[in-house]
Amino acid sequence: MRLESLYQEIILDHYRHPHHSGLREPFDAEVTHVNPVCGDEVTLRVVLKDSDAGPVVADISYDALGCSISQASASVLTDLLIGKPVSEAMNVNDEFLALMQSQGEGEPDEDVLGDAVAFAGVSKYPARIKCALLCWMAWKDATAQAVQAHEAA
Amino acid sequence: MTLDVARIRKDFPILERQVRGGQPLVYLDSANTSQKPRQVLDALADFYERHNANIHRATHQLGEEATQAYEGARARLAAFVGAPETAEIVFTKNVTEAINLVAYAMGNASAGGQHGRFSLGPGDEIVITEMEHHSNIVPWQLLCQRTGATLRWFGVTPEGRLDTSAIDDLITERTKLVALVHQSNVLGTINPVRVIADRAHAAGALVLVDAAQSVPHLPVDVTALGADFLGFTSHKMCGPTGIGVLWGRRELLEEMPPFLGGGEMIEQVWMERSTFAPPPHKFEAGTMPIAQAVGLAAAAGYLTETGQDAIRAYEHDLLAHALGTLHQVEGVRILGPAEPVDRGAAISFTVEGVHPHDVSQVLDERGIAVRAGHHCAWPLHRALGIQASTRASFYLYNTRDEVGALAEGIREAQRFFGVVPGSR
Repeated sequence: MRLESLYQEIILDHYRHPHHSGLREPFDAEVTHVNPVCGDEVTLRVVLKDSDAGPVVADISYDALGCSISQASASVLTDLLIGKPVSEAMNVNDEFLALMQSQGEGEPDEDVLGDAVAFAGVSKYPARIKCALLCWMAWKDATAQAVQAHEAA
Repeated sequence: MTLDVARIRKDFPILERQVRGGQPLVYLDSANTSQKPRQVLDALADFYERHNANIHRATHQLGEEATQAYEGARARLAAFVGAPETAEIVFTKNVTEAINLVAYAMGNASAGGQHGRFSLGPGDEIVITEMEHHSNIVPWQLLCQRTGATLRWFGVTPEGRLDTSAIDDLITERTKLVALVHQSNVLGTINPVRVIADRAHAAGALVLVDAAQSVPHLPVDVTALGADFLGFTSHKMCGPTGIGVLWGRRELLEEMPPFLGGGEMIEQVWMERSTFAPPPHKFEAGTMPIAQAVGLAAAAGYLTETGQDAIRAYEHDLLAHALGTLHQVEGVRILGPAEPVDRGAAISFTVEGVHPHDVSQVLDERGIAVRAGHHCAWPLHRALGIQASTRASFYLYNTRDEVGALAEGIREAQRFFGVVPGSR
């Protein structure tokens, strides 16, 4: 059944038991992004710490209202990106974006995307791609703001 | 007259389609856009194959035929909504453009300062309702921003009816215009337009009615409703996309300044200024959707010949059955009136524990087309305390079997997402 290819068990697990959810303090940047199609929204905070290799994602916290795809996507995102240097995290973001735009033809690299490979099926459903991307767009926006704040400091 | 639905379904070729791996299409998204009968498709093809030319300006036989077809469509639509005069029918792109036409004309009047009743400024008020589609909210917000007028609105009761308890406070001598929906696209609620219109007129205000969801489903008479302006759209009433109608009382259309400027809407043009054609042409700048007007007239003809009263009675019966069926699905909350009284056949609902997008995905997998989201009525969803809903909307070609398929699909969504109703 096609439904199982969209709603992989990994996605349903993250949806039922989201990781790193809730909003935490302190934070360097906070954004709220909305999907105007369905009204789903996510408020997301980013904390960066400095290292020799540039800024590193210290924490991502969020409060998300939305469907299973968007909730699970937020959970997977935090698992993948917390602890990574910002430059590397941006690469993961680009890979995920490419996967979502692949119209079901993408061959995701599990070493880079981890649990996010389960979202490959979503790319076959144009109406759901925005659900999966909502928190990633929010993360990119918040991180860009946090990086700017760090550079200014 | 009763409706022979099996025969009606044969008029709609798309209903024979199979989707999502060979399943019959169950189309429950007609409030979004309706399907088109063969009669409308044939009218479009016939126009393009035999009569296509530009209107009003081509000096040849085809031009005459096209003009006749276009103006004939106008006459047919005037009769369809009981307009006293054919010239009161203005073709637009859709209801959104019809509403914007009035809003921008009022803005132009306010800037020009010479059109008393259309002119707005600080201290003037426009009254809408909380159950409006965005297309009957945003144009008025923009107009208020441009003119300094104030936007006010009726609330909605928990049952999904218009809350008219504050009418004395809302409609006053400051009110310039009351704009409201005839039938809600989310709740199905049919509003007491006449009562509101009488109060508005007593206060000296104009009344604009968004009839996008009512004209396709029930006989509408613009005079009986008490409207000054009324908008409806072709694609929700079995006609093609790209065309809609603004009906307005003749004296108002004559007095109101134009919205879009361009060819065909003028009387004379100099380099410094222009004078304008009488209505309806004053509001029809540029080449209009000609074939679509012909298609819309064919749709109006189809609904008339099928019998609008019979359609209404059939849909009412289907609505009562659907409300009863969905009430029996545990965990389903129906938005809008629970009883099929003053209510159309659009049913929005939430399913406890399953997001509307996920509900619609499971339904789609079974070939059932519905809509999920806020249905362009975000403020209404906020007022109801929810973020989004799933909407099943019925039309003359839907059946009781399809209601059953919907209920079974919802149960499947509950099973798939592991939601056991009532145990949470």
